[in-house]
Amino acid sequence: MAKSKSAYSEPTKLGKLDHHIIVVWVDNEAGVLARVVGLFSGRGYNIDSLAVAEVDKLKHLSRITIVSIGTPEVIEQIKLQLRKLLCVHQVADFNRSDPNILFRELALFKIVSSPKNQEKVKKACKKYNSVILDKTKKSFVIQVTALRREIDQLTKDLKSLGLVSVSRTGAVAMTRGAEILK
Amino acid sequence: MPKLLSGAAIVFKALEDQNVDHIFGYPGGAVLPIYDELKNHKTIKHILARHEQGAGHAAEGYARSSGKPGVVLVTSGPGATNVVTALADAYMDSIPLVCISGQVPTHLIGTDAFQECDTTGITRPCTKYNWLVKDVNDLAKVLHTAFEVATSGRPGPVLVDIPKDIQFKKGTYSFTKKKIAKNSSKSAKKKVSEKELDQLIAMMKKSSKPIFYTGGGVINSGPNASELLRELVSITGFPITSTLQGLGAYPGDDHQFLGMLGMHGTYEANNAMHDCDLMINIGARFDDRITGKIDEFSPKSKKVHIDIDPSSIGKIVKVDLALVSDVDIFLSALIKRFKEKNKNFIDVNKENIAKWWKQINKWREKKSLNYRASDTIIKPQHAVERLYELTKNQDTFITTEVGQHQMWAAQYYKFNKPNRWMTSGGLGTMGFGLPAAIGVQIANPGKLVVDIAGEASVLMTMQEISTAVQYKLPIKIFILNNQYMGMVRQWQELLHEKNYSESYSAALPDFVKLAEAYGCVGIRASKPSELDEKINEMISIDRPVIFDCLVDKTENCYPMIPSGKAHNQMILGPEDENKKISEEGKTLV
Repeated sequence: MAKSKSAYSEPTKLGKLDHHIIVVWVDNEAGVLARVVGLFSGRGYNIDSLAVAEVDKLKHLSRITIVSIGTPEVIEQIKLQLRKLLCVHQVADFNRSDPNILFRELALFKIVSSPKNQEKVKKACKKYNSVILDKTKKSFVIQVTALRREIDQLTKDLKSLGLVSVSRTGAVAMTRGAEILK
Repeated sequence: MPKLLSGAAIVFKALEDQNVDHIFGYPGGAVLPIYDELKNHKTIKHILARHEQGAGHAAEGYARSSGKPGVVLVTSGPGATNVVTALADAYMDSIPLVCISGQVPTHLIGTDAFQECDTTGITRPCTKYNWLVKDVNDLAKVLHTAFEVATSGRPGPVLVDIPKDIQFKKGTYSFTKKKIAKNSSKSAKKKVSEKELDQLIAMMKKSSKPIFYTGGGVINSGPNASELLRELVSITGFPITSTLQGLGAYPGDDHQFLGMLGMHGTYEANNAMHDCDLMINIGARFDDRITGKIDEFSPKSKKVHIDIDPSSIGKIVKVDLALVSDVDIFLSALIKRFKEKNKNFIDVNKENIAKWWKQINKWREKKSLNYRASDTIIKPQHAVERLYELTKNQDTFITTEVGQHQMWAAQYYKFNKPNRWMTSGGLGTMGFGLPAAIGVQIANPGKLVVDIAGEASVLMTMQEISTAVQYKLPIKIFILNNQYMGMVRQWQELLHEKNYSESYSAALPDFVKLAEAYGCVGIRASKPSELDEKINEMISIDRPVIFDCLVDKTENCYPMIPSGKAHNQMILGPEDENKKISEEGKTLV
């Protein structure tokens, strides 16, 4: 007799996990985000980040960009399950390492620190298209656009330099070249 | 400018244009305008359930046995939450349901109004799609889309939530039956390419140990798909096994049929699945009750999966050839291809699979469905066998509850036609069978409808017998009464050191008196010698009957694949497992 006291079979070994960026075009109707997000939570899929906004006012189309992590089978299921939803027009999926896709995330950092540290922060942010949005004697708010992992690193580095608040948009994606996804 | 109709009238206009003749429901404050409109629509008959869950399961039984979508009408709040179990059940077993729920008026939504709940929020994960209608002019379109979604592709439940003010408001209705038919034919049915068919045929030619593994998708595809399946099996000579939901698509008494597979499937079906070199899955979904341990599931076979739902393919088991198609369309294309290019396949291939059949017959000799007969106590398997023998000469419809009795029904009742077997497989809903039988009887007047039940399950929706009495539906509730939640008891016996925690039902009602109290007929059988006579009596009564069949309390459901085991590691019966429940054990209630 099996030692297991479950009526269910035992889990099999998990495959290799990969980061994927899933882009979904949906009708911008009531409850659409709950539908998409509920699909992920209900089936135990992962959401690392989520960015959503209407991109076509006339057709009421929204573009949702989800960063997820999963085995190739899970990523495939995510796409197939999303495509079954009536509100979903199209689903695209990119591996994070795909060179033909651009990924960007925007972050706002609030820094409260000495002038010396403030300079250090500005220097660290410089290569990420930094823009100062607000400034007082003691503090400033700086905007950067970068890859997720770069912002992860920046957040870590700025901790000791007076970083008091972070706001991030989640990644958005677009293909390189003249081609479009749709 | 089309005539303006109230939202409630639009609902019925849409139902009429969808050829709905029965709706199952329960009134309440937020659907009163729709109920008020009912009197103006004589072609639509409303069946009043006693609980919204009962209405939902009745609609499922109606849908499963007729191939048409079931329609449910409930009120807001508790009406909607009560129907959730039925929606989840229909979602798991791919049954087309259209549920219309009342909602509090638009201006009260979100204010915690009386009988308000977030119905679309609650039902979102257990419907194919749902809608909250906030503009009466959207109502007609939403309703027709709802029918389209429920019945197309892999069928399933949908819900349309209609606030009370929308039911009163006037709006336009600009649909015609013609237009609806045109819209639904637009949803193109995907065809499998000839190249894919040839690829499959090549695999079939190469195989020396093939098996068809068929499921509920064949039933959902319509009666023609079952006809085609029979033809395919006969022109290939391959063995076939079926899931619980697929029973009836292929004749249960045919020699090429190995019986049901899975956790309580036959020895030959499960061993054939394990040892085959080609598995052709038609309309089944590799459910965990079927596969057992995935790592050891049919390790040596090439797998082909035909399913209308792309997300069912590759979800559990990797397959070598994936074909997205409706079963009917696929089968007719495949058979055509066979006839064009491989006319005498069966004769040419006979030698190729002769050894395989020999092996299968060896497994068959184990007679895994044998049980210890008794002439002092009714064995539940015997009761189902006798019921089958005494009803097989007429077109009988069987529903079940969930548990041991359900498995015995699946094992010992042999189905010859599709849509005759209604059981809750995916969700495993105790209390499904009685209300489902009501829906089946509504869709099939004059036919014999039997709910093979357990005494614990049937008590969950017992109140619906009142519905059967009201509408003079002569359903038969055939209770295999062992006083235990039998399947729970069996698991506790085998896996929890016979600690029968809370699985014994003390204080059961007297089912015969209960039947009388409801205004139907009660029959009790306690000895094997009286069984046939009493079953015949039950069949002959043209009224609802509750049949209390007192069976062996300690009988277990075999054969069985224990959890975490592979298909070829079955327990065949008590000989394999040192069972016997002590008197001491029985008192551990």
